[in-house]
Amino acid sequence: MTTPEMIHRSETAVSIELQTPDMTLNIGPQHPSTHGVLRLVANIDGERVTDVEPVIGYMHRGYEKLSEVRTYAQITALVNRIDWVSGFANEVPFIAGVEKLMGVEVPERAQWIRLILSELARISSHLVFMSSYPLELGATTPLMHSLREREYILELIEEVTGGRFHPNFNRVGGVKPAYGGGSTTKKQSMDLPEGFFQRTADAMDRMDVICDDIDQLVTGNELIKMRTVGVGVIPGSKALEYGLTGPNLRASGVAYDLRKADPYLTYDQVDFDVAWRPEGDCYDRYVVRLEEIRQSARIVRQAIDKIPSGPLQAKVPRVLKAPKGQVYSRAENPKGEFGYFIVSEGGKIPYRLKIRSTSFSNLSILPWILKGQLVPDLVAIMGSLDFVLGDVDR
Amino acid sequence: MELSDYLPIALMTLLGIGFAVASILVSKLLAPSNPTPEKLAPYECGIVPLQDPVERFPVKFYLVAMLFVIFDVEIIFLFVWAVSYKEFGWAGLGAVVVFMLMLIETLAYVWKRGALEWNVARRQRYRRIVAEGHLEEAA
Amino acid sequence: MEFVDNFWFQLVLKLAGILGVVLTGALVVIYAELKIGSHMQTRIGPYYAGGRWGWAQPLADGLKFLQKEDLSPTGSDRTVYGFAPYVVMMATIAVFVVVPFGPDMVGANLDLGAFYLLAISSLSVLGVLMAGWSSANKYSLIGGLRAAAQLIAYELPLVLAVVAVVIQAGTMSLNGIVDAQQQTWFTIGSFNISAPFIIQGQILGFAIFMIAAVAELSRIPFDMPIAESELTMGYLTEYSGIRFTMFFLGEYASMISLSAIAATLYLGGYAVPGVHGNIVNLLGPGVLLTKVAILVFVIIWIRWTWPRLREDQLQTLAWTWLIPLALLNIAIVSIFKVVF
Repeated sequence: MTTPEMIHRSETAVSIELQTPDMTLNIGPQHPSTHGVLRLVANIDGERVTDVEPVIGYMHRGYEKLSEVRTYAQITALVNRIDWVSGFANEVPFIAGVEKLMGVEVPERAQWIRLILSELARISSHLVFMSSYPLELGATTPLMHSLREREYILELIEEVTGGRFHPNFNRVGGVKPAYGGGSTTKKQSMDLPEGFFQRTADAMDRMDVICDDIDQLVTGNELIKMRTVGVGVIPGSKALEYGLTGPNLRASGVAYDLRKADPYLTYDQVDFDVAWRPEGDCYDRYVVRLEEIRQSARIVRQAIDKIPSGPLQAKVPRVLKAPKGQVYSRAENPKGEFGYFIVSEGGKIPYRLKIRSTSFSNLSILPWILKGQLVPDLVAIMGSLDFVLGDVDR
Repeated sequence: MELSDYLPIALMTLLGIGFAVASILVSKLLAPSNPTPEKLAPYECGIVPLQDPVERFPVKFYLVAMLFVIFDVEIIFLFVWAVSYKEFGWAGLGAVVVFMLMLIETLAYVWKRGALEWNVARRQRYRRIVAEGHLEEAA
Repeated sequence: MEFVDNFWFQLVLKLAGILGVVLTGALVVIYAELKIGSHMQTRIGPYYAGGRWGWAQPLADGLKFLQKEDLSPTGSDRTVYGFAPYVVMMATIAVFVVVPFGPDMVGANLDLGAFYLLAISSLSVLGVLMAGWSSANKYSLIGGLRAAAQLIAYELPLVLAVVAVVIQAGTMSLNGIVDAQQQTWFTIGSFNISAPFIIQGQILGFAIFMIAAVAELSRIPFDMPIAESELTMGYLTEYSGIRFTMFFLGEYASMISLSAIAATLYLGGYAVPGVHGNIVNLLGPGVLLTKVAILVFVIIWIRWTWPRLREDQLQTLAWTWLIPLALLNIAIVSIFKVVF
């Protein structure tokens, strides 16, 4: 009788006879599925990855150091370039930190506008995921459809801020006066463009339809399920150990969302559910992001109803000077917790700015999760973590 | 069936070779040739390769390839019967059914044996066996 | 008219015609892929080349490739590397010699047509493996080996599906198979009903054949050998210029060849129901090419709709689904054939 044990022993014996050396394969920096210039040095045994070492730093731009010679207003222009897929969301925690440091009270309306734009940035970031992830699995068509929908969101952001990717819209004490405003101290600051709320509400209704479309075309696809269900499982405890945040953490069964856990802006006044899933595989990470688009649309709709009228800017001195002190400010970005630790020695420029960027922490799990996977799964798992190299290297 | 039936195929091969030679000539005429060491380096995502492709590559599909040879040779017998099943009649059908049952049995055996499985859990189990030092026993 | 009846003249004319059809056909399919894919993605696709609807885009691409430098990387086996694309191209062209476009419109009506076809079409594996092995590139190597594993795994269901057709037709000659589909299937009153094999109970065989054919073509969902998000471009990574063009043309030409084989074996080939005699020689090519166009469209449609499978899932599909089903198909067909 052949027991399973005997089968394995004979298999082992065959493999010993046909010993082959591992091959070292560079995946990246110039590779279609590394979202920029990530380099993975992988040892592969046939199709199986035995060991992988991520090499980062190909896009290091030194933002932390650059910030030490720039005024607070100038740094806003830098930080929205960290994670360029969700530019606006990067500005929010930084500007909130500076305001906390200076003790500036932000008008209610400006808070709501920040909330709406943050959620729009979240939708646009997740739509990029919805387009790039199927592409990594080989499906080319969702790319075009999702990116088309993102255009609507980017147009809304552009309408208000003047920039599609790098809005640079936040000012200490509020938001930039919308188009044609000029200096806040001299002229009356202008409000949001006319009809903006109506167009945003329409776009949010469209997002619900699009999510259903994506559900039917991509989520329900049997091949997508074959490639993602049960692949790259991250248990909740491991996710916490490696410091994963955002959708990657919530897909592992930990319903931790800063918007609920530590409300900032006006998130405590809106009603939404934290999207989470229990399994922690690629499929769950995908589904959580899709659900977050729906929830974001829900938040934006409520915000449009609740937004009060009032000034966009608080009274701030002409020359911004922060008192001596330090502050850590964080926010739930599309990709997870995004934080800035600002140290001020007094004066116009910060003494030190430490950026806790999401993708960098999320990427730290790669060597653990990729060990022993197949090469095609390597791509599927890497894509499902949804990182942006600008966010990793800063 | 005469050998001259295959004449068109030989002729087509000649035509094909002609096409190939012509395309290379045209390309030689039109294309620039300016090789530099950097241009000729094998592509590995912009990194200078750390090593050459290994001489002995682990071909996990060798089992599949062997199965293929077995099946493919056996299928030839099916073709013989297929063109003349009328002459063989019931006896021929019986023989082929027995033959096919043997084919299916082979497939069922290798399937059960795990030769068709490439999945992850099994490989990990194998690695654990290697790691735990059962090698001496196995050998 | 003695000149026209000359055997050699006719043969060369036929073969040149076939070569012309294959190469123009490949260009047309490339254009169709660009255009159909674009419209499925709500894009316009090629628009400017050639003046109207970008019809000259594949031609322009081909001319561009001709003018590109033909590189062979350091450390590559230059002879093997240089020959590989032509092996693929030749294997594809040689298939067309036996595909009947009409009762007399065939390069060679072999008694062993179906057999020849399967033998030659699996030759292209060799070219792919040569390309992967000789490129001195790790992606190429993995891609080439993936292609080899995949193509031999899907060769079996393909061959088994053809066996069922041969049993049903009782001949391996492709003209014979087309004729068999015009024979009386059954009679209702004074009407003789004939039907292509797909209706005569070969629907399962047709499905197996088409799945295996898409896998042989290494197209999505079976495009692991060139999976660009994993292996950049697989065994094609190092190729450039004219040799890349050969692979490219070969891929699309074999799309036509496999569709033509499927149309001949299952969909009645060149035959027009109720039409006999010399006129079929004229109508035949049109009828066959229409069927080919439909099948090619389906293959393109699949490519723009689905993601790709994983290497082990592909093997599982071939060995545990397609081969048992193909054997079952043979059993059913042969029992019916002997009983009735």
